[in-house]
Amino acid sequence: MSLDRIHGEVERRAGSWPRIWAMVMRYWYLLRGSWPRLVEMLYWPTLNVLLWGLISRFFQGNSSYVAQGIGVLIGAVMLWEVLFRSQMGIALCFMEEMWSRNLGHMFVSPLHPLEWLAAMIISSLIRVVIGMAPAVGVSILLYHYSIFTMGLPLVAFVAALTVMGWWISLVITSMILRYGLGAESLVWMGMFALEPVSAVFYPVASMPAWLQPVAWAMPSAQVFEGMRTVLFQHRFDWHLFATAMGLNGLYSLGAIALFRAAFHSARKRGALLNVGE
Amino acid sequence: MPDAAISVQALTKRYGDTLALDGLSFTVPAGKTVALLGGNGAGKSTTIAILLGLLTPSSGAVSILGHDIVRNHYAALPFLNFSSPYVDLPHRLTVRQNLAVYAGLYGLRRAKDRIVELADALDLTRFLDRHAGDLSAGQKTRVALAKALLNRPRVLLLDEPTASLDPDTADRMRTYLEIYQRATGATILLASHNMPEVQRMADWVLMMKGGKLMDEGTSDDLIEKHGRDNLDEVFLAIARSDGEDAT
Repeated sequence: MSLDRIHGEVERRAGSWPRIWAMVMRYWYLLRGSWPRLVEMLYWPTLNVLLWGLISRFFQGNSSYVAQGIGVLIGAVMLWEVLFRSQMGIALCFMEEMWSRNLGHMFVSPLHPLEWLAAMIISSLIRVVIGMAPAVGVSILLYHYSIFTMGLPLVAFVAALTVMGWWISLVITSMILRYGLGAESLVWMGMFALEPVSAVFYPVASMPAWLQPVAWAMPSAQVFEGMRTVLFQHRFDWHLFATAMGLNGLYSLGAIALFRAAFHSARKRGALLNVGE
Repeated sequence: MPDAAISVQALTKRYGDTLALDGLSFTVPAGKTVALLGGNGAGKSTTIAILLGLLTPSSGAVSILGHDIVRNHYAALPFLNFSSPYVDLPHRLTVRQNLAVYAGLYGLRRAKDRIVELADALDLTRFLDRHAGDLSAGQKTRVALAKALLNRPRVLLLDEPTASLDPDTADRMRTYLEIYQRATGATILLASHNMPEVQRMADWVLMMKGGKLMDEGTSDDLIEKHGRDNLDEVFLAIARSDGEDAT
């Protein structure tokens, strides 16, 4: 078979999907072949739900705040895990390429950075589903609380937090692309820095006045306020959700621009071949 | 002379105050093998990284198969590939999984057949289901070569393609590359420190030092021109020369 004919066939298949799928499979093979990774993914959400379930039980009889709505703490911890796992899902895919020094091979193939990003997003969703399933099960079995009782608003909350996890990981991976593996700890630190201003377990109103504008600038704070509105007042606040998605859209555009700039800078510096500390 | 598969014109790459490439120009005719020789820091890796689109030049023009690599390297990427012992494939994936992922990235049809065919040709069949990280250096070099040949590239950039291979395996790899080139008319740019390999495979040799092209010609021409007995001695003479004339 001549090269012209072979490359003609390749060109006809030149849509993005085969490349995105190939990268999704790359991360799936990795996950499937490593039981410690799988255990780690299931372990933390389940442990957190176990812990916050016990705390909730205690506070239900001792705190009027928790007594207002069952699941205000367990629901919050589960939604926080969605945010954290979606951020980690992308960041870990990215780190795998850095650790294995594979960027050189990847970007000599026809893979476009945005296709890689799409593959990481899909892999991150898979990780969130696998990681959260046992935590949701434990919450139902042990505490008789199902996060699904939130109804359709749950879909909105999960969507907003998932998108937030994506743009945060894009910002972090851009920093690593720019500064190398020396900035690796940002992957684990980044989310925890945002947790206090995300109003996960307490309302924004309870925060110091000077910190409240920072919290309202976080899509996560809008979501957790929205969750409490559903649990306490049994209504969905569209304004909070729209603000969360609007902020997500704005930050996502900024994060994509930052990632493209970091990638461009990496090409200029030769970091795609020699990435490391 | 056949059309140029690779054309490099006045290529310069500067890292801060360091000039890694200083107005480098050369062409590689289609279907030929050209070797890029030079000591450490000569600019070979920088040149290859620019050709692959992994590095942006400070100035100059580069085209591969008529595609402008500086402005749009994606147009050329489906038709080229590379192998280097210094860029790893994911260690925790098996050889088969690694090759399947790259087959997907190149949009290959009948990828399974191609993987089996290459594994057979490069003596990798018994390692297909081993993790890439568990392979010896020589086995990794062969896997990298298999990955480089997956998409049947028209232009193949090989950085020390037989590093870490025993003489028997290295010879078989060279033979396979020669057969591949004859069968497909592919163009090969080879960076190597193995002079017998260069003498055997390269139709033309480019000698680099300090980011510049110091000399070029066939192996025999260079040996004769520099009055040496072999290409090793020519390499040493140029590497140790202080500038213009190494003869």
